[in-house]
Amino acid sequence: MTDTTTPTDQPLQAPRNKPLTPGQAMRRRALRHKGLMFGAVVMLIVLCVAIFAPLLTQYDPYQQSLLARMKPPVFLGGTSEHWLGTDGLGRDFWARLAYGARISLMIGILAAVISGIIGSTLGILAGYFGGKVDMVVTFLINVRLAMPVVLVALAVVALFGGSLVVVVSVLGLLLWDRFAVVLRSATMQVREQEYVAAAEVLGASLPRILFKDILPNVMNHLIVIFTLEMAHAIILEAALSFLGLGVQPPTPSWGLMISEGKDMLLFEPWLITIPGVALFFLVLAINMLGDGLRDVTAPEGRN
Amino acid sequence: MTDPILSIQNLTVDLPKAADRAHAVENLSLQVMPKEIVCIVGESGSGKSITAFTTMGLLPQALSPSQGEIRFDGHDLLKLSKRAHSDLRGRRMAMIFQEPMSALNPCYSVGDQIEEMFQQHTDLGAAERKARTIRLLEEVHLPDPPRIYNSYPHQLSGGQRQRIVIAMALALDPALLIADEPTTALDLSTQQQILHLFKELREKHDAGIMFVTHDFDVVAEIADRVVVMQHGRIVEQGSAEEVLNRPQHPYTRLLIDAVPRRTRDVPAPITSHEVLKVSNLNKTYHVAGGMFRPARTVHACKDVNFTVHQGETLGIVGESGSGKSTLVKCLIRLEDPESGVVSVEGKDIALMSRHDLHPYRKHIQIVFQDPYGSLNPRRTIGDQLVEGPVNFGENRAKAMERARELMKIVRLDPEVLNRYPNQFSGGQRQRICIARALMVEPKILIADEAVSALDVSVQKEVLKLLNEIRDRMGLTVLFITHDLRVAAQVCDTLIVMQQGDVVERGTVEEVFGAPSHPYTRMLLDAQPGKHWDVPDIATLPPAVA
Repeated sequence: MTDTTTPTDQPLQAPRNKPLTPGQAMRRRALRHKGLMFGAVVMLIVLCVAIFAPLLTQYDPYQQSLLARMKPPVFLGGTSEHWLGTDGLGRDFWARLAYGARISLMIGILAAVISGIIGSTLGILAGYFGGKVDMVVTFLINVRLAMPVVLVALAVVALFGGSLVVVVSVLGLLLWDRFAVVLRSATMQVREQEYVAAAEVLGASLPRILFKDILPNVMNHLIVIFTLEMAHAIILEAALSFLGLGVQPPTPSWGLMISEGKDMLLFEPWLITIPGVALFFLVLAINMLGDGLRDVTAPEGRN
Repeated sequence: MTDPILSIQNLTVDLPKAADRAHAVENLSLQVMPKEIVCIVGESGSGKSITAFTTMGLLPQALSPSQGEIRFDGHDLLKLSKRAHSDLRGRRMAMIFQEPMSALNPCYSVGDQIEEMFQQHTDLGAAERKARTIRLLEEVHLPDPPRIYNSYPHQLSGGQRQRIVIAMALALDPALLIADEPTTALDLSTQQQILHLFKELREKHDAGIMFVTHDFDVVAEIADRVVVMQHGRIVEQGSAEEVLNRPQHPYTRLLIDAVPRRTRDVPAPITSHEVLKVSNLNKTYHVAGGMFRPARTVHACKDVNFTVHQGETLGIVGESGSGKSTLVKCLIRLEDPESGVVSVEGKDIALMSRHDLHPYRKHIQIVFQDPYGSLNPRRTIGDQLVEGPVNFGENRAKAMERARELMKIVRLDPEVLNRYPNQFSGGQRQRICIARALMVEPKILIADEAVSALDVSVQKEVLKLLNEIRDRMGLTVLFITHDLRVAAQVCDTLIVMQQGDVVERGTVEEVFGAPSHPYTRMLLDAQPGKHWDVPDIATLPPAVA
């Protein structure tokens, strides 16, 4: 008599509106997110400028010309020969800005990669194992948090001399704290999920659990912090360069350009505003990208 | 009894456009009389909670009622301003939520929180407020009301907290009380007391009670009238006696038929060899002391002994904190037992090192309770299924082949292997978890509350599937549950645990028929709906849709 069967009794039919895979749903949310799109577009532009700098300008960023010093940019009455003008040594400002994007991005990305590797390794291990491992990592994090970044960076650079390699490694070794703190707590949450227990019961080895079950599920945190730390590193580089302890002249760096322009602040303010605005937009774009990524990846949750 | 307290007419609540159906609730009409408990029953997604929330004016932003009226106290609640509605809330209507943990603010003492009700809606003086609060605490049978008055939520047990929530709801003697699954999160014995409290309230107050639940036993225990909902529509309503014993609608019949019976065919005695033997298993948790608190030791398992034969289903029954979860964790070695023997096919794995344990892992597999937390959301089903065999050195392609076969056995389309878990319902996920556990051809399958989170009709299917698989593959099953009905239906033998001790063991007939330990008797006595025998649907006249 009870011939009423539930739908689940039948083999699963292909549903009418096929639900999206997590990836598809995320892409759809990303395209609708204005901040994310703004950040991505600006980042892409800066990236293109950095990569194709030689194609975008015929000038060499190091080439000085005493005849063409302090030429104002086009919008302040300059000529189209140097559309963003020239600096005090007659170097084309646009060329320096374009090549400078390479330095800023390289420092941002490399420092974030180094700190990301250190921080997420420590954070995931601490979160997964807990106990003594966690105690050691927490201690390391506290030690790191007790160090003022700028002061330590200044001291190290003063000792070893400023260069791109030194700046990148100092920043990379100093900015891992946020990775560690966030991934530690994210891992603690994921670790309690039953699929991790199931993997363990199914004989999965430790690296397998960490790479297949933990890492993909904390990846969104990792990406978001990566962008934040990248912006952080770019700003710090600019600050160090401004103080004369970052990359050394004549390398075209945005921070250095601001520093070199500071003597002329009252007479030729665009020497500072142009790299300043560029820096502002790059950092804003990276931050909005990070914020957007968090919005897009977080609501997915477990479903 | 004259006029109904609450009268809902043709209520329709729209869902957002992207949802799988147009209305959360469609053309719903129901009434609640004074001194009446109306139970709204239905599976998840049937719209029963939405009905409750609409009445309280607590609908989420995305949902809006599109037609109908809710008459209460001479107002149409749907036309009421937010302010007027919130004035009614608490004073004339009150709601009790499922989770007593999160319904109370941990920053204030429970006395303060109850008094706040008086502060909000009356101008009583401080002394009077306190006196009324104490009286309320007495009414919900909390021991030592003055002490409870000054307690904070974390100092109380789940059942006590739910009583506080009920006391808050009763504070201003509302005409309508809405309870949304108020006992689902509670242990059996606590649930019994809370249900008893509800019955008492019906006598003492004039309030009408709307009680939302998914559990037919609870319905049988307290309902005067029953409303059965499916996909946002009422499919049947009537007196409890009628609906429970002579259901008319096919859907109601389906639901009631899915309620596990307390009886079953007595199986042939099992004579096969012992697969699992646990002796003197001990596990204690040490909570390290801090500066201001002493160290604590919790005996989660005390000298646990039992044996299971091949093809047998052993039920492990107990309330929360009885140590059954710890026992399971020790068996699958997610926790390390302190001492004792866990011998699987004659091999003791209890104290083996992680490294030596690896080849034995596959003999015991587990299906967890939460169908949403036990699949990795970032990996495809197929990838997760072949994980096990690959870990034990099997070829990936061959494992994929078996995965396809197993998907058929658990009645899912093998094509779904390349999908992600978010595309499956709870019941389907649980089938996938069963398939994943079976991938490594275990000898013992542990079902840790594996059907507790499922709707009753889905639960029935999964139980049937588990039984089938056990018989087909000669599996031994350990069935951990707090639901005695389910235990009675699927298990051969039972052990009852209380605070880490096994207090009773025997066949299902022995344990349920002639319990020897007072705790077992208490558990059996606390079951809701004892007086209700699930009717045999097959003997009823044909259904009327």
